[in-house]
Amino acid sequence: MDTFVIDPANTAWVLLSAALVLLMTPALALFYGGMVRSKSVLNMMLMSFSALGVVGVVYLLWGYSMSFGSDVGGLVGNPLQLFGVANLADGDPSDLMAGHGVPAYAFLAFQATFAIITVALLSGAVADRLRFSAWLLLTLVWSTLVYFPLAHMVWGGGLLSGAGPIGHLATPMDFAGGSVVEIGAGVAGLVLAVVLGARKGFGKDPMRPHNLPFTMLGAGLLWFGWLGFNAGSAGAADHQAAIAWVNTTAAACTGLLGWLVVERVRDGKATSLGAVSGAVAGLVAATPSSGYVAPPGALVLGLVAGMLGAGAVGLKFRLGYDDSLDLVAVHLVGGLVGTIGIGLFATGPDLLDGARRGLFYGGGLAQLGAQTALALAALAFSAVVTAAIAVALRRVMALRVPAEHEIGGVDLALHGETAYEGIASGRLASGA
Amino acid sequence: MKLVCAVIQPHRLDDVKSALEAAGVRGMTVSEASGYGRQRGHTEVYRGAEYQVDLVPKVRIEILVADEDAVSVTSVVVGAARTGKIGDGKVWTLPVEDVARVRTGEHGPDAL
Repeated sequence: MDTFVIDPANTAWVLLSAALVLLMTPALALFYGGMVRSKSVLNMMLMSFSALGVVGVVYLLWGYSMSFGSDVGGLVGNPLQLFGVANLADGDPSDLMAGHGVPAYAFLAFQATFAIITVALLSGAVADRLRFSAWLLLTLVWSTLVYFPLAHMVWGGGLLSGAGPIGHLATPMDFAGGSVVEIGAGVAGLVLAVVLGARKGFGKDPMRPHNLPFTMLGAGLLWFGWLGFNAGSAGAADHQAAIAWVNTTAAACTGLLGWLVVERVRDGKATSLGAVSGAVAGLVAATPSSGYVAPPGALVLGLVAGMLGAGAVGLKFRLGYDDSLDLVAVHLVGGLVGTIGIGLFATGPDLLDGARRGLFYGGGLAQLGAQTALALAALAFSAVVTAAIAVALRRVMALRVPAEHEIGGVDLALHGETAYEGIASGRLASGA
Repeated sequence: MKLVCAVIQPHRLDDVKSALEAAGVRGMTVSEASGYGRQRGHTEVYRGAEYQVDLVPKVRIEILVADEDAVSVTSVVVGAARTGKIGDGKVWTLPVEDVARVRTGEHGPDAL
């Protein structure tokens, strides 16, 4: 710690990346807001914004400490050790970017934005029907019991890092959160959708997106922010950050094209919603992998994520779970593709410092096995704990709004406001 | 007095309006409408979920005319709105009992 010297270039890049990632949550609000019906767009967008509020506070109080504080049983960091982060010294052992000369508060800022966007992702599974108070409580409990422990287990030296049992096979790699963020949120969305039940009229009544231009704008901003998410995860303005930037965009490009090809063949037309969904699926696949693979690998992983994602959107209708905005098809599928794909496409230390070799680069099956174990362990952990949280919350409070509020629209019922002016927009009530 | 009502393809509105003006019609009411006849609707697909959209966008025109002008105004609308394809719309005429001009309070044919 006494040898810590700030590297201004790296610090500037990490702080800028943190700002880019912060923008992803309002971007998600747009992306999701456009996909729901006009009667619930404000509630949908507010779920993202309120995740900023709740998780932003929780992260400072105990989230950082639970993620990167001193290890407790390999599961979680000690929440009390750095509670409130009042005086976090640069070069603190919790600062995983200290080796790059990045101060602890910059690392914390970057990581806080990750926690916020991950929790906000869950709102896509509970659209139009979750009570707002239940959502606020869910953001607090889920971040505490699922996200922080997962971040600790994978990145903070816990059970799912190279120090854990998977390390006997090979050190599992997750550059920017394919397991922690994407698989964790993706499977949690599925579980929440099942526990909560489907929207009234799901699979029967039309629930078409009410404003796709919103969704496309949101996707564009997500892509922009994702460059900070992935390239910033290098912790330095260096070679790996540059490769991660290129890989991130490469995967988004092929994800976009892959989704469109599937749509064109299956439905007859390529759609705007399909294009942006595919781009996001590609970005998801790039999240764990972009720091460890070469651009050809990123092109393939993005393409696979886009095509599999497009194929998976129909599952919810066949199986009857209302994963309203497709966390499974976009985040769970893309997260699995990217996380496991590292085991195939990791290029090894010749190209990138710290990277091991995947199957296609002469690394054999060890890394593929480690990546698969990481993906499945993250999936199982998030699924089990999310199910426990959802069932427990359902016992202590009503999770769903009453049917008449759902039909009339949660914007008006929960928040007393509507997004769009109509002919019956009312008049000023009194001498205000 | 008669009320000539027309439901036409939205992209024919400008031509119909010009033709009516050229024929001496001085006013009309235009509104956006939705509907279908033999044309039926279309399908839209969002993330693989297919929606059957029955109602398609139309434009509705209403013109108040003197009894003797109803037939000629109808043919002007029909001529200008026609593309020859299914979905071109319909024009019909209704009798009107009375008309009042709001500004002056005039009634009957004077108010046209």
